[in-house]
Amino acid sequence: MARLSSLHDAVAAEVRDGMTVALEGFTHLIPFAAAHEVIRQGRRELTLVRMTPDLISDQLIGAGCASALVFSWGGNPGVGSLHRLRDAVEHGWPHPIVLVEHAHAAMAAAWEAGAANLPFAVLRGYAGTDLPSVNDQIAAIRCPFTDEELAAVPAHRPDVGIVHAQRADRDGNVLLEGIIGVQKEVVLASARSIVTVEEVVDDLGPRSMNASVVPGWAIDHVVVAPRGAHPSYAHGYYPRDNAFYVAWDDISRDRTRFTAWIDEHVLGAVAA
Amino acid sequence: MTIAASRALDPDDVCFVGIGAPSAACNLARLTRAPDLILIYESGTIGTRPDVLPLSIGDGELAETALTTVSVPEMFRSWLQGGHVTVGFLGAAQLDRYANLNTTVIGSYDSPHVRLPGAGGAPEIATHCQRVLITLRHRPRALVETVDFVTSLGFGRTGTERAALGIPTAGPQLVVTDLCTLAPEQDTNELVVTALHPGVGRAQVQAATGWPVRFAPEVAETPPPTEEELTVLRELHRRTAAVHGA
Repeated sequence: MARLSSLHDAVAAEVRDGMTVALEGFTHLIPFAAAHEVIRQGRRELTLVRMTPDLISDQLIGAGCASALVFSWGGNPGVGSLHRLRDAVEHGWPHPIVLVEHAHAAMAAAWEAGAANLPFAVLRGYAGTDLPSVNDQIAAIRCPFTDEELAAVPAHRPDVGIVHAQRADRDGNVLLEGIIGVQKEVVLASARSIVTVEEVVDDLGPRSMNASVVPGWAIDHVVVAPRGAHPSYAHGYYPRDNAFYVAWDDISRDRTRFTAWIDEHVLGAVAA
Repeated sequence: MTIAASRALDPDDVCFVGIGAPSAACNLARLTRAPDLILIYESGTIGTRPDVLPLSIGDGELAETALTTVSVPEMFRSWLQGGHVTVGFLGAAQLDRYANLNTTVIGSYDSPHVRLPGAGGAPEIATHCQRVLITLRHRPRALVETVDFVTSLGFGRTGTERAALGIPTAGPQLVVTDLCTLAPEQDTNELVVTALHPGVGRAQVQAATGWPVRFAPEVAETPPPTEEELTVLRELHRRTAAVHGA
């Protein structure tokens, strides 16, 4: 059953060094405020799971929180490279990072399998590509009925799954709208879950009966974090800050400038 | 390049759109000769009709103008793997003579010269869509004899792997660059030049290609852009710049 927690307390209770932590959100509803709290609490040696490691992963990696990354597309969307990720991969700064590299179809299937409490996901994927040669988490499996060869990947079962959403009611039922990504699967697949929201309301408000709602009894912590997805966006609340994504290219290119940005905007800021 | 690429789409296609140049080409086609073209982005937006080009694969504009928006697992499992998409439109950092695509690394995987973003949705777009269109800038570093890493399968390292793996879809059918168009030769699956853009010569294409490129028996000239295509594309870029400030 969801407990209404502060950002500090939820992260302090659930995220510990060495854990596997998923922070998801497919372009939309990316949980930046929660990631910044992880940086402030100085967590280390995390295995980060994220389909599209973008600025949020660049910040966690550059701040020294991560030792491994499970992913399928790592870049600054529409802008270019992730310079902190590249620095960690190419020069081991501030720590070397192990990459476990997938394609989107496998990551999405692994989230579904995790939510379904299955040990692995099966998909018609990776045919003819070099990815299985660099990732031993991609295996071949034969269909027991047709003998067709298919790809198998382990289910995602992180210690903690963190996502952002538009709003929750006082029972902790959470509404997600717009591009809903893999957020529901992350909550269901993770041993413990934190959902940050723009606001808590008496009633979730007008919505269709098949709007995406995660019931409060399936969530561990609901945290109010206004603008908690910035610079990504929360549909109906604020737009994507495209200028910041462009500006990040310069901020992140240089270690000193990046560190100064983290000092000023993350370490110097107090959790909501 | 964008205009020539846009012409490769059929008006009744269901198209899985990559970001960047493919997105511009697909939306140009939708705004000109293919108004009923169905565009799908991997963020889960189906039948989207953006007024401006998205900066990312999941801009709010894509969701707002979509017929429906589904979860990412549903998109990849039921719609793409389910075989409901007629054409995939991809870009790449490297493309080789058998139309294999690399978006992973330049150089070796373990100590890359350039670490690229990675696979994203492309490997399964390349095998599950009924056919694949590719667009990229024509440079010797981009059109290479052999890609450093096969992120997405064209016809394989020898041109025969697609058939050997029993993949039933047609694979890459057309590559549009800023100089010319290329298509796989019938028996070898090697890309050969099928049309030159206006003002482009064979020597220029050869100089910009990283393998001894061959030309089809009959090489056409790409029809020049029409007034309508130019006007609509310029207007699309103007609106996009006004919104994204780029």
